[in-house]
Amino acid sequence: MTFEPIQIAWTLLGLFIVFNVGLLLTSTVRKIGARVGKRRGIRFFQPHIDLIKNYSFRTNFSHGIMFYLAPVFRLTGGIGIFVFMPIIYGSAHFSNFSFAGDAILIMYFIFFGTLGMALGAGEGAMPFSAIGISRGLSQVTAAEIPLVLAFLAVFIQNNSFSITEIVAAQQGGFLNWTMFTNPIATITAMLAFLGAMMRSPFDIVLAPQEIPVGPPTEFHSSFLGVLSTNRAIFPIAKTILYINLFFGGATNWPVLILKAFLLYMWSVVVGTVFPRFRTEQSIRWFMKYPLILGILSILVLQLG
Amino acid sequence: MKELIERLGTKFPVNETVFQRDNLTFITTDKIHAIELITHLRDYEGFSHLVIITAVDWIEEGLFQLTYLLNNPKLKVDMGVRVMIDRKEATMTSSHHLWAAVATYQRELYEMFGIFFPGSPRIKEPFILEGWDGPPPYRRDFDTKKYAEDTYFPRPGRETHDPAEHMKEKMYPEGS
Amino acid sequence: MSLKDIEKRTVIGPMGEEIEIDPLRDYYCAATPDLKMEQRKSSIPIIEKFANWARSESLWILAFGTGCGGIELRPLVTPKYDVYRFGIQIRATPRQSNVFIISGYLSVKTLKRAIRAYEQMPSPKYLLALGSCTINGGMYWDSYNTINRLDYYLPVDVYVAGCMPRPESILAGFDSLKQLIKDGKGEGAAKYAEKFEWYKKNQKQIIKDWDMPDYNW
Repeated sequence: MTFEPIQIAWTLLGLFIVFNVGLLLTSTVRKIGARVGKRRGIRFFQPHIDLIKNYSFRTNFSHGIMFYLAPVFRLTGGIGIFVFMPIIYGSAHFSNFSFAGDAILIMYFIFFGTLGMALGAGEGAMPFSAIGISRGLSQVTAAEIPLVLAFLAVFIQNNSFSITEIVAAQQGGFLNWTMFTNPIATITAMLAFLGAMMRSPFDIVLAPQEIPVGPPTEFHSSFLGVLSTNRAIFPIAKTILYINLFFGGATNWPVLILKAFLLYMWSVVVGTVFPRFRTEQSIRWFMKYPLILGILSILVLQLG
Repeated sequence: MKELIERLGTKFPVNETVFQRDNLTFITTDKIHAIELITHLRDYEGFSHLVIITAVDWIEEGLFQLTYLLNNPKLKVDMGVRVMIDRKEATMTSSHHLWAAVATYQRELYEMFGIFFPGSPRIKEPFILEGWDGPPPYRRDFDTKKYAEDTYFPRPGRETHDPAEHMKEKMYPEGS
Repeated sequence: MSLKDIEKRTVIGPMGEEIEIDPLRDYYCAATPDLKMEQRKSSIPIIEKFANWARSESLWILAFGTGCGGIELRPLVTPKYDVYRFGIQIRATPRQSNVFIISGYLSVKTLKRAIRAYEQMPSPKYLLALGSCTINGGMYWDSYNTINRLDYYLPVDVYVAGCMPRPESILAGFDSLKQLIKDGKGEGAAKYAEKFEWYKKNQKQIIKDWDMPDYNW
């Protein structure tokens, strides 16, 4: 694929849309949670206001260079997934910078932000940050193993590392989706999905009741602004990746947003129903069913 | 209960007995025998639980009254052992070897009343008052009002009424 | 923490090397508040107004109940009062919150923690004082261990009188705080930086074992 400068503008537009969808989805989810508790909940545009407020603080204090870089790394993780992934299948404008081996790069970016955060939070003076980040890293790593196995199963199935090709193979009726052609890998990936969404039962890392808000304890004002920008982009970007790999991609924006919403709801519903796991419980859980299913999905492909 | 007091009377000096309720009795003993008496109650009479150690400032008599409140979980009865100590040299034998909680009570008593317990662990560390440099605040010769006015920048214009007088004036303004 | 913890000292490292530790420099940011930063405003009035609107509509409370009023704040997040719909949320860390509620009486011991928490919050920050105790000591006015006037130690933006105030009056307090911020008058942090010496003098007068840096960043 040849590079055209106008593509940057289209990618930024796509990023802007995804960013706003992410913020609105966050407030929608919190509103649903509030309605379950018979409250009215936050306003729909509250995350936007919070973001503006965080960016308009007057003072901020740094603990060193890594402290500055950590939110940037985190945001790079979110944007990196987005930038190298085709958003709308068949669209010349919203294919972003996808290329033949983009899936590998994206898998790297999923983990990238957490690592950057670990370095930055470690530099803050708060010991809770370090505890939170060690919990977060171990949990994300545990969730990553079944995730990678499921992705590998899809790659082997399609004989390709290109997300565009994988989406292309799923076109022509929903029975062609990976969800139906490779259900074991899909189930594995959906279980691993819960681990990376930072929702109950896997939200001990950010829980205010356990160790005050975990890794971002020290991050404030615009640092927190960058982090919450990422928290709007990253889950949606990851959800779009799942749509591309397992649910037939999307050919226009409404379908994409609908699919993203439904997929996002999966983690919300599970989070509303199940209580929080402790770190060692969640690692044990990931090492049990998702891991077995992940290995099974690859074995089925190899032997079947 | 009465038999118990009689039994105790044969071994220790029990000066004064107050039968407060069926399940609560106060006895007064002297300073030298107090810890011995409490140990006896704990080990032989089943008063295995310490409820509280507290003090009363009898400033007119020049005495501090220490009360060790013990509980017998089997018989469900309480026994308070009162010890009168001199207010001028307020020192009492430490009993931190009997219950682990005693050391904390004694720290509090040292801080609030200035009653010293030699040998009690961490006795001189501040318990709840950090950096306190005045006299022990629970002693009755400590004037809290004056201290607060001197220290904490009182806001002028504050009025204080005696509740009884104030309500009488409010409700029955004509008669007194 | 005690006075010993913030003294300069030398530690022998695992390889036998000597490491000098100055906790006030290494563990805290030893700078005093920067008045210029605290008063920094956008030169374009409409942007400053917009920022003030955003600040007023997104009040993040620090979850630190200092007195008996701590328990009175809980009803605010229940279905009956539900402050979330007014943009008020509760954060567990001072770094991320911009409203500090002194809820009721402050003992000297708590005042020390309150000062530390207040100074760690990023500016602009607002202070809501709850109950009569913060105004003139309330029913603890002659106590040996509770302060009488909060405004001698920290800059207060809004007082809510009562002992204790009902959640409705706390909501009214939030409303007047919002109006204050929208009018550009919520400058407590700048006031604190301006009269820093005076506030520190008062604080040090009653906190006898001052074992922390003068400005806890």
